[in-house]
Amino acid sequence: MKIRLLSVLLGATVAAVLSFQAHAVDKEPLVFYGVSVEQLEYRFGDDGDIVAWDGDAFVGTDEWKLKLQSEAEFEERDDKYETLETQVFVQRLIGTFWDAKAGVRFDTPDGPDRTYGMVGLHGLAPQWFEVDADLFLSEKGDASARLDVDYELLLTNWLILTPTAEVDFAFSDDREIGVGAGISKAEVGLRLSYDLLERSVAPYIGTHYERKFGETGRLAEADGEDKDAWFFVAGLRLLF
Amino acid sequence: MRSRPAWPVFAFAITAAIGTAWSADAGIYNLTVDQVSIETAKGPVKGIGYNGVSPGQTLRFKEGEDVTINVTNNLPTSTSIHWHGLILPFQMDGVPGISYPGIEPGETFTYKFPIVQSGTYWFHSHTGFQEPDGAYGSIIIEPKGREPFRYDREYVVQLADKHHHSGSTVMRNLKQMPDYYNRKQQTLFDFFKDASRDGLKAAVADRSAWGEMRMMKTDIEDVQGFTGLINGKTPEQNWTGVFKPRERIRLRFINSSAMTYFDVRIPGLSMTVVQADGNNVQPVKVDEFRIGVAETYDVIVRPMEDRAFTIFAESMGRSGYARATLAPQQGQAAEMPSMREAPLLTMADMGMAHEGMDHGSMAGMDHGQMKGMQDSKKQAGKQDAMASMDHSKMSGGQHGAMKGMKHSEEPAGTQGVKKAMDHSKMSGGDHGSMKGMDHSMMGMGGEKADPFYAAGSGLAPEAAEGGRFLSYADLKAQSPLYEHREATREIELRLTGNMERYFWSINDVKFEDAEPIRLKYGERVRFKFVNETMMTHPMHLHGMWSILDNGSGKWNPVKHVISVNPGTTVYMETEVDAPGEWAFHCHLAYHASSGMFRKVIVEGGPKTTAVDSAETVAALAKE
Repeated sequence: MKIRLLSVLLGATVAAVLSFQAHAVDKEPLVFYGVSVEQLEYRFGDDGDIVAWDGDAFVGTDEWKLKLQSEAEFEERDDKYETLETQVFVQRLIGTFWDAKAGVRFDTPDGPDRTYGMVGLHGLAPQWFEVDADLFLSEKGDASARLDVDYELLLTNWLILTPTAEVDFAFSDDREIGVGAGISKAEVGLRLSYDLLERSVAPYIGTHYERKFGETGRLAEADGEDKDAWFFVAGLRLLF
Repeated sequence: MRSRPAWPVFAFAITAAIGTAWSADAGIYNLTVDQVSIETAKGPVKGIGYNGVSPGQTLRFKEGEDVTINVTNNLPTSTSIHWHGLILPFQMDGVPGISYPGIEPGETFTYKFPIVQSGTYWFHSHTGFQEPDGAYGSIIIEPKGREPFRYDREYVVQLADKHHHSGSTVMRNLKQMPDYYNRKQQTLFDFFKDASRDGLKAAVADRSAWGEMRMMKTDIEDVQGFTGLINGKTPEQNWTGVFKPRERIRLRFINSSAMTYFDVRIPGLSMTVVQADGNNVQPVKVDEFRIGVAETYDVIVRPMEDRAFTIFAESMGRSGYARATLAPQQGQAAEMPSMREAPLLTMADMGMAHEGMDHGSMAGMDHGQMKGMQDSKKQAGKQDAMASMDHSKMSGGQHGAMKGMKHSEEPAGTQGVKKAMDHSKMSGGDHGSMKGMDHSMMGMGGEKADPFYAAGSGLAPEAAEGGRFLSYADLKAQSPLYEHREATREIELRLTGNMERYFWSINDVKFEDAEPIRLKYGERVRFKFVNETMMTHPMHLHGMWSILDNGSGKWNPVKHVISVNPGTTVYMETEVDAPGEWAFHCHLAYHASSGMFRKVIVEGGPKTTAVDSAETVAALAKE
């Protein structure tokens, strides 16, 4: 299923590349594509290390984009995916700085899977905050929301400090996947990157902190995990 | 490159003898479109050229000649050639999708048209991103009659901003990340610097005002990281034109950049501008000029000393430069200046003063004082601007020029306004005199503010060594091409866009969604460009001349590119004398490709088959 989806997206991307090269002065909208991996990193933690990534690929026009987004956390010690999340959605321009998105999200970690329908907003808020705000509804009928905010602080035009924050909120319990109603989880990060190869490759170091709250935290502890964890991170930001 | 059958030469000789040489002239030119290697500061990159080189060799035509140009496409993709600024039948204009389908790989397309003008022009591909990839060359058209200036030798100085990324890569990167190439953004340390200069409060207020808009003061050059080329040579390769001291040298400057405006000077020499966009202008002596993308300026310089001179062209945003040399001998070089500090946009460039402007408190100028200023002005030509002042025509353009005033009290970036405007000199409250003020500001107190920039603009140029910087206001036609008459109607074109997503539009509509602009043969249309973006847009109408309204009335200069600065309104008039379908667009390659483009349909007029209109054009030219 996932492989087929990927091959469809890949095919669409190749088609986009070809049409982009051939673009002339005509009435065809410009179709373009891109791959952006905001995080591809190794997280060094007291209770084990994690390989994590967060990135997306898209193909589309100014108005419409098809986007594939992938986020994962792989625990080295236990040799398992704690998080493996794939979103496929359509993104539509709705304002100068904002896109609406609608699609599906598949969670396929080691453990119970979930499929969600999703709607959300993606855009740039005043003062240059990049914002993603999403609502999810699982096949079990559980609703949840997520807010993700990034900022880029230019120390120089190549050395960039990026604070990030992500908060998950559940409207109901889904104990099977360890989620309790209320604010379930928050992540904050601070990464210092250097644009080594244009904007394509930027190695970074930083720190990442995550914490589970309320019932979600108690469920994690009952499972023998910590409620919160600090990591030192080293990784690459990629754009091509 | 040029091959002529023997008989026209013979015919030429005979007809020359009886004094009607021009009608019998016909040249055949052959061009191949080839993949070539182009030098950049980052090493050679793959590109596109003509007859094996980029830029293509100069095409030299004669006014009155009937040219036949065979263009063979050796590329694996479709191509086209547009003859920039040439007046010709629309089927010969070379815009795929409008004039013709383009030239497929392996195909030869034969262009045939009469040459009905003279001057400096250029040609380039109008397909995809081939022009940024190197597909351009120069055109010199020798006039039938004598030119109103003298020179002993001439050189083409063709500027370009070659990037090591291909044009399609640049476009894709801009779409993904509009500041992909902007490495002049303000940093945390700039903030500290501003805070220590203006106070923390002012610095925070400044940053938050721009952050609120999600716009950048440094958004002047979208595509940085290019190598400035002159005639295909990098600054290190240093293209050199030789001269003998005391010779008059005509330099034909052509800006064939994809995206970059250049500020051009030759330290040690003043330049007499004699032609703009191929048409003669009343000579104006300057120390520096800004050349917009796709514009041409012909200047005459006369080095008296036996030494080398540097032609230095720094980009408007100071992110790169091109350099060449004039020298008595090859291999000589003069000192190369360093680039000046990069400008920053101001709120005036954002057009932010539109809402804030208060007509009541914006005092007009006392006419008595104006007269005084006229007397004290140093430059010729201001009198004309004043004389032709039409109070009833007061409009947005002049509002634009007034804008900065309100902001001039603000701490950041408005030094230009303070110099240009002396509030104490203003009195009275006559709106009508605002236009006059606009023009007269130039002479005020010996300082001049270019009326073609928003007052308080961060982009308004100053000559490097304090001399005179050419303004659009300085351009006056040498001999008007058309009789001056009232425009039959006005068409407003707001130049719009979304910087954050990198799409550009006219009246908020991109080309792909736009209806063509319909003009009627025989009318004279007044175009009103209102630039609502923070970028400068060089607007180019194909097929017909663009008469820039700079207040000179019948002496308004005749151009093919009208550069519209941020936050300003500029008018141009067009005599609709060319039937058919034409392109009309911003000449910044990535603006045109992402929507700032229109098709213009001229309805009515003579029949528009290629041969017919070729004859028509020829006939019109003879009138």
